[in-house]
Amino acid sequence: MPLPLSSGTCPRRGADLARVLLFGRLADLAGWREREIPAATLAELRGWIAGEDPALFEALQAPAVRTAVDQELVNLDVALRPESEVAFLPPMSGG
Amino acid sequence: MIRLVSAPFDPGEALAEFCRGRRETGAVASFTGLARAEAGRTTRLELEAYPGFTEKEIARHASSARDRFSLQDVRVIHRVGSIPPGEAIVFVAAAAAHRRSAFEACDFLMDYLKSRAPFWKKESGPDGARWIEPTDRDRDDLARWER
Repeated sequence: MPLPLSSGTCPRRGADLARVLLFGRLADLAGWREREIPAATLAELRGWIAGEDPALFEALQAPAVRTAVDQELVNLDVALRPESEVAFLPPMSGG
Repeated sequence: MIRLVSAPFDPGEALAEFCRGRRETGAVASFTGLARAEAGRTTRLELEAYPGFTEKEIARHASSARDRFSLQDVRVIHRVGSIPPGEAIVFVAAAAAHRRSAFEACDFLMDYLKSRAPFWKKESGPDGARWIEPTDRDRDDLARWER
């Protein structure tokens, strides 16, 4: 069966744009689920968010929020490739 | 082995399909989780996944369950999208030579799915909507396997 949530086809992005995805309550808080943000590292990306939306920045700092870069969980600051996909994952719960 | 589905599925059919053609399997255990109405407080569950990442993470845990419990096979079907009370949210099945490992593997996989698998669950009803996060009970359940 097809996946219900396709990210769809995106237009080609510029060199320094990361594709940022928010899930669960983070998306509700920010009012968006996906956008492109100029950043060369994860720290730079967080800094950009801090300037734009302090409440979201604050929420992303919570220890329970995990970060995935290109679908791999990361714990520290990492460099982003152009077009990297960065996902912020609030506490997970399935079943 | 791992499927995310947006349409209702029949857990009985999934179990029958999982059991079919097994000549060396002595035990199949399965678990089905249904959406609860909570005495009318919940009219709908919204399940969100991270396509690609979610399947990959579940597959990683399913494969650790295979090793840990010497399973012959595992199946996980998980709904995403909007789910009304009474419909199946999750189906887990494990096939093994003997029953104990099949029972335990289902328990292990469900504890993981409840508090670690990349899903986000929102409950809505007459009093509004809220995100459901793992409870202390869910975390304790998961910790049993780390001892």
